[in-house]
Amino acid sequence: LSRIGDELYLEPTESGLSLRAVNSSRSAFASFLFAPLFFQLYEPGSAGPDTELFRCKVHMKSFLGIFRSLPSLEKSVGKCLILLKPRASRLVLQLHCKYGVTKTHNLAFQECERLQAVFDTQRCTSRLCAPARLLADAVVHFPPTLAEVTLGIGPSGKISLRNYVEDEAEPSKTMVTELWLAEDEFQSVAVAPGSHITFCLKEFRGLLSFAEASNLPLTIHFDEPGRPVIFTLDDTVLEVHLVLATLSDLESNSQSPSTNGVSHLPALSDEFADDLESYMAAMETNEGGSEGPPSPTFPLRTPQPAESEPEEEEEGAVPGTPPHKKFRSLFFGSVMTPGRPGLATTQEVLAEDSDGE
Amino acid sequence: MRFRAKIVDLACLNHFSRIINTIAKLAKTCILRLTVCKLYFILSDKVANGGASMWCELSQGNFFDEFQMDGVAAEHNEIYLELVPENLSRALKTAQSAKAVKIKLSNKHCPCLRVAVELPSLSSSSRIVTHDIPVGVIPRRMWNDFREPSVPDFDVSIYLPVLKTMKSVVEKMKNLSNFIVIEANLNGEMNLKIETDLVSVTTHFKDLGNPPWASEDGCQSSARGRDLESMAEACIDIKKLQQLLAGQQVNPTKALCNIVHKRIVHFILLHEEGSLQYFIPAIA
Repeated sequence: LSRIGDELYLEPTESGLSLRAVNSSRSAFASFLFAPLFFQLYEPGSAGPDTELFRCKVHMKSFLGIFRSLPSLEKSVGKCLILLKPRASRLVLQLHCKYGVTKTHNLAFQECERLQAVFDTQRCTSRLCAPARLLADAVVHFPPTLAEVTLGIGPSGKISLRNYVEDEAEPSKTMVTELWLAEDEFQSVAVAPGSHITFCLKEFRGLLSFAEASNLPLTIHFDEPGRPVIFTLDDTVLEVHLVLATLSDLESNSQSPSTNGVSHLPALSDEFADDLESYMAAMETNEGGSEGPPSPTFPLRTPQPAESEPEEEEEGAVPGTPPHKKFRSLFFGSVMTPGRPGLATTQEVLAEDSDGE
Repeated sequence: MRFRAKIVDLACLNHFSRIINTIAKLAKTCILRLTVCKLYFILSDKVANGGASMWCELSQGNFFDEFQMDGVAAEHNEIYLELVPENLSRALKTAQSAKAVKIKLSNKHCPCLRVAVELPSLSSSSRIVTHDIPVGVIPRRMWNDFREPSVPDFDVSIYLPVLKTMKSVVEKMKNLSNFIVIEANLNGEMNLKIETDLVSVTTHFKDLGNPPWASEDGCQSSARGRDLESMAEACIDIKKLQQLLAGQQVNPTKALCNIVHKRIVHFILLHEEGSLQYFIPAIA
């Protein structure tokens, strides 16, 4: 969660304690829901008819500081008590350690609104499920500084990962790395050939290391470019969601996904073979015809400035780093009802900042 | 103009990667020259490099199981490419357990070196990762800019001390000063000196030995008849020296340097697989 935002949102609910974070440009959101069974004792408090369960946010660094050294914590701490004291304005974390030592940390918190990105995994047309290890092995081939990666499905069903090269960067100066994963490496695949999405690697890497450490399979739910991609991990006592904005592709608004600009890649994937020899041979046969103007394999475009300006004014959020301005087709907006079709393609309103339900 | 090559042996891949890593540390952009038998990584002494230049020569047979090259023309059967060695280094970095690595010159949207790495995977098919490294093709008329530099008429030639030791000395000195003086004589003695307002530090090496250079045409080089104790020195950018030493992950078979008094230091590192020459000019 600290890889995403600077503030940790704590929201006790009837179904468990939810820890959430969002990044400054509101293009990444994550939530970890720990079921009551995860805890030795879980009392979310009582919600009255007019009041909700209390929720708050604290500084990520302060919270993390308490759990600084995991190995030594594991050896010395017997129990950890988390107590929310609204009247004292303190979140209390008490570590009961060996030899009768108790460490009590009082963190100042801020009351906050419900942080919720609106997303629905059921609405996503494509879904992939894989062991975390597979994706970690794939992502290792990209440099640690890489900002965005494009996940695509070739016509033969192979899944590709490719570093995303911005339009502004000169294509003749940037190295392009691409790799393919076979369907049988995934636990389940339900995707539309030709579909693709581009998202930020940084937050995804964070989730990936968590998934690897907990040995949980990762499910990727996605839809059209521009609509958020949702990564989920499921366990008996833990539910994890990571929602990332994806680069929107203006072409996809008018064309059907199958003709969606994936022009050069399919020719290659069609002839994709299991070993290097035939792959390289296939490359040669495709080489002669480099038809059309040079363009990246996935000709993604940025949302036109005119469309995103209104968002910026209402949003009042300065795009943080990363992702940069192109991910402005974001999924957090200010007060707007989801039913307005005109803006549906450019701005997903997934969370309302206004107070009250 | 075609080029394709393949490495299958892991040890060869490892060696090749290490050499590329060294080159990447020394040069941001360099020239890759391909001939039928050899690969050369060349950095010529442009102002951008602070006047340093590099010549690295490798026999392709030491690394590649397959190596096919068709140059620009029959009588000029060579290819000169400009590239960023860091890209090649990155592409090979995660290939260390590969079943095979193929490198090919291709021109899909723009000229690139396509590095295709075949990795073992749990599924029925191998994992294939491709890296398209953009390259610039150097036209024939510019090839003269990249000729092998001649060994300068040096004053002293001396074998270097154990590189690991030299590296740690230079690294500590780098914290104190931007420039370092290398001086050596024909009696096997070398000193590394730095001097600032507050402090001066000198490290002395002795019994290093001086390589015998046979004079090619019988004429006297300036090293002949020279007083054995007399030191030739050059003050150079310490960062360049540190980069050269940092890149050496394996001890070379032979390591020596030639000093032209107050002009230039010429380092020669000989490995089994090839040689690396690096020229660092003296600061005026």
